[in-house]
Amino acid sequence: MDLQFTPEHEQVRRLVREFAEKEIRPVIRQLDREQRFDRSILQRMATLGFLGICLPVAYGGAGMDYISLGIVCEELEYVDTSLRVILSVHTGLNSLTLFQWGSEFQKQRWLVPQARGETIAAFGLTEPDAGTDVAALRATARRDGDSYILSGEKTWISLANVADHFLFFAKTDPQADPPHRGISCFVVERGRPGFSSGAHHGKLGVRAGDTGWFICQDVRVPLENRLGEEGEGFKIAMSALDNGRYTVAAGALGLTRACLDSSLAYAGQRKTFGVPISQHQLVKRMLSLMVQRVEVGRLLVYQAGWLKNRGVRNTRETALAKWTCTDSSFDSAADAVQIHGAYGYSDEYDVERFLRNSKGAVIYEGTRELQQLIQADYMLGNRQDRPLRRELPAYDAERWQADGWE
Amino acid sequence: LNFVVCVKQTPDTAELPKVSAEEATRGEIKATLVLNPWDEFAVEEGLLLEERFGGEVSVMTVGPEKATEALKDAIARGIKNAILLEDPAFAGSDAWGTASILAAAIRKNGPFDVILTGKQSVDGNSGLVAPGLARKLGASLLTHVAKIVDIAEGKITVERQLEEGRETVAASLPAVVSVSKEINEPRYPSFMGIRKAARATIPVWTASDLSLESGAIGSAGAVTRWQDVRKPPPRSSEVVIVDEDSVEATAAQLADLLLAEKVI
Repeated sequence: MDLQFTPEHEQVRRLVREFAEKEIRPVIRQLDREQRFDRSILQRMATLGFLGICLPVAYGGAGMDYISLGIVCEELEYVDTSLRVILSVHTGLNSLTLFQWGSEFQKQRWLVPQARGETIAAFGLTEPDAGTDVAALRATARRDGDSYILSGEKTWISLANVADHFLFFAKTDPQADPPHRGISCFVVERGRPGFSSGAHHGKLGVRAGDTGWFICQDVRVPLENRLGEEGEGFKIAMSALDNGRYTVAAGALGLTRACLDSSLAYAGQRKTFGVPISQHQLVKRMLSLMVQRVEVGRLLVYQAGWLKNRGVRNTRETALAKWTCTDSSFDSAADAVQIHGAYGYSDEYDVERFLRNSKGAVIYEGTRELQQLIQADYMLGNRQDRPLRRELPAYDAERWQADGWE
Repeated sequence: LNFVVCVKQTPDTAELPKVSAEEATRGEIKATLVLNPWDEFAVEEGLLLEERFGGEVSVMTVGPEKATEALKDAIARGIKNAILLEDPAFAGSDAWGTASILAAAIRKNGPFDVILTGKQSVDGNSGLVAPGLARKLGASLLTHVAKIVDIAEGKITVERQLEEGRETVAASLPAVVSVSKEINEPRYPSFMGIRKAARATIPVWTASDLSLESGAIGSAGAVTRWQDVRKPPPRSSEVVIVDEDSVEATAAQLADLLLAEKVI
């Protein structure tokens, strides 16, 4: 048993922390206020190699492991959730899915530029009437000779107005029984005739992030844009979520740490009744709960990362980490605002942003309630992992850092 | 051209307030240790000089085994050669002793043209190692360097950042250059660099490798002594609101106050 991060991990952490503190911390409050997504930040993250952190060098990545992906997410969300969302969508949900399911042709075509950060990618599963109930999605993909005609609307899509490529889940067989067997997955590029996107405004949190919708109106894509087999889309979506949820959990851990650190600093300095408020027992209780959430979260997140490194299926463990960490960050942010009192209610301090930012992750990439059902169903024997046609490859440092793949 | 960057491992600036006087005296600091922030500029300048003029850059530090982490940080940023100078006999060296150790190592390392250092360390803050090195190596000393203009025909031309402005000076090589923060914007480590650093085996040179006499280094060779180590008293601050009858009067009053406080 070894719970130590390696010196490499520590250096990755220092690098991301330095970047976020130096380049994001000074501007984030303003961006959040203005509800503005600053594309140059995305560009910096691409230049520094964050966007392909855990992908093999041969595919344009940095050749680090899945634990490093968690560390990057944790440190980014320590400063702001909008940064971590980029990693969740571009790397977790899209690039790792191409890496797991894509043909060599598809990897060269889309994964390599994504890993290098030359193109940006997003994930189109959610629809106006299909969120948790994925099988209810209405988008369709109709085969027409050597191509498919894609139609449908996707909503609550992070990076909708920024991304160059999207994974688009649609029904190739709307009559399939059970319905989820009729879903297939496609890569759709912005710029194809019939594609359009727009932004959502007025979000509670993650206001410095880009969130929106996109529509495919009879978008024609060639056969080679289909990822996996026809009817395999649901499995692809679920394996994508195994990676997306990992990044969400790791980020939420960072946010919980941020709540703890802000609260410690403020409670040590603010005085009531002649003493710093950190000496009051009920404040100590809130601080101690944050410590507990950080430590529990860290164990769960990096357990999931460790399983990924070893190539072991981790749907249950990742779901547990996601549920626990996102609940933790929401509860910690609420307590952090409480500790800051009226100041915490103003955007003069970061904690009000933390509270607004923390709520989304309790909902997206599988609601808290869905994560709870998953845990119960595994224990009740209602749910079992079946081997997938393509598994996420186990991390192998030598293979990841070689110039060629295989 | 051959460049050597001399660095130190220091507590993370953010954690400096947590370091107690006792820890500092004993030299056993519990805070997170990092590459001295001022030395990041020296490392970056070493890499830039290598890009501009070609040649080799080496990085060295005097310290315990743990100080290899500071060297690995420099490797992660792109420096290829690193050497740790470690020996129990080095313990307790002052700036002069440290300069002696570094000078011996620089000589052993081979020919050298420019030695780079940060302007000072964030813990000791003396800024004395660079002058000591110049003396020991018989090299020119250039401090507060904000720009290296050129290195040609055995001469180095630099701009020095002074309180009144900048001055351009030239000196003969070899030269010890201590850099100020205006000189560059340090790059981040790259992931490839981080992987290289993790795999790097860093050679260790001891007192006997450097043929150093025990009397010249360590606490025995120290020419300065710490009489007393204290934490500075916490700074007290006071808010004064200047509000006179007219804008002009307010400005005049504010200017007087700032002058009295020697802010301007």
